[in-house]
Amino acid sequence: MTEFLIAPRDLDWHPPPLSPGYRSSILRSPQKTRLHYTPTETEMSGPTFGHSMLGALDGDMILNYAAPGEQALGPRIIVHGKLLDEDGKPVPGKLIEVWQANAGGRYRHKKDGYLAPLDPNFGGCGRCLSGEDGSYSFRTIMPGPYPWPNGGNDWRPAHIHFSVFGDGFAQRLITQMYFEGDPHIALCPIVQSIPSPEAIDRLVARLDMAATVPMDIRAYRFDIVLRGRTQTLFENRMEGL
Amino acid sequence: MSELKESPSQTAGPYVHIGCVPSFAGLKEMYGGVDLGASMITGTPKGERITLTVQVIDGAGEPLKDAMLELWQAGPDGTLEPTEGFSDWGRQPTDAETGLAVFETLKPGRAGHQAPHALLWIVARGINIGLTTRVYFPDEDNAGDPVFALAADRAATLVAKKTEGGYSHVIHLQGDKETVFFDV
Repeated sequence: MTEFLIAPRDLDWHPPPLSPGYRSSILRSPQKTRLHYTPTETEMSGPTFGHSMLGALDGDMILNYAAPGEQALGPRIIVHGKLLDEDGKPVPGKLIEVWQANAGGRYRHKKDGYLAPLDPNFGGCGRCLSGEDGSYSFRTIMPGPYPWPNGGNDWRPAHIHFSVFGDGFAQRLITQMYFEGDPHIALCPIVQSIPSPEAIDRLVARLDMAATVPMDIRAYRFDIVLRGRTQTLFENRMEGL
Repeated sequence: MSELKESPSQTAGPYVHIGCVPSFAGLKEMYGGVDLGASMITGTPKGERITLTVQVIDGAGEPLKDAMLELWQAGPDGTLEPTEGFSDWGRQPTDAETGLAVFETLKPGRAGHQAPHALLWIVARGINIGLTTRVYFPDEDNAGDPVFALAADRAATLVAKKTEGGYSHVIHLQGDKETVFFDV
């Protein structure tokens, strides 16, 4: 039987473990080379999630923490796109989890002491499953930029965190989505830990007027790409794997 | 041939709990009040129940108290096929006081040349791309396992310690005892 493998990860495309401008990475970055092996059954498989676990409002952050009749404060946005692999194929039925600060740049988290107030009607998390064509969609409010302790006058660009599952655990990915035109993208040590401007650009969502609902809500488009497949056959793997 | 490139990774940050373990983060009513992956034992599965306790230590010797760990492993039969009453996948935050992540799970079985093992994935503030490692067991014959063998003279960093009722495992991010991490 011909089977495909998850393609190798291009580590040079991703941020290196140590990026000194991002101070927290100094003591938390492994210093030795990551050892490479071809994925085994363990890495080629991964957990599956079904629609039965999802609540009706899980993907609607405007409403999923709001009191009845209330809504989260802030500019209303749809964040949508496709979950694809590097071969351009849709990745259907996969769990996408998101979290973010509120419109003032404050997280609902006991570790966040920023002076911007909490919004009683905004929790800050959402989740959905990608559709048959890989499409996904959330409703939320535009998160605010916020200052963070990194030794200087550092402000995060407005962003939404994404956690994504693939078919195999080797495709597991956590990343962040930024917004087109945000001047903090160029100034942020976390964003700039990514080696190339081309790679950074893949994390920048575009205003999508075609999906914007008149007099209601603007849309941003953000496609997420997971590792693709390689032609290597299972039979060619290292002996014993 | 690849047409697209994988989305570059970014740190999960200090507030990963809001998105991945919201009940732990204090959003008590979110998602029905149950964090995904919190329970790997979902019924009364056959197999050896173990407690796997994991701690992640930074370069200053301090445990990470804001990390999130995911475990992916075979069931007692050594396969990743569904096991009744058991989830092969678990997710735990490290405790805000002790830094301990506790997985109540089943001992994974042997599969061919692969010794019993669990894949462990670590994300946190300061970790730019999720760290992948494996946990092996001290009471198993790991010598024939090709991934274990790859770790060579550092393979001991992949082996958990036996405790009463299970195993404990310490991950070192840096230093002489740095744990083996994989690019897989």
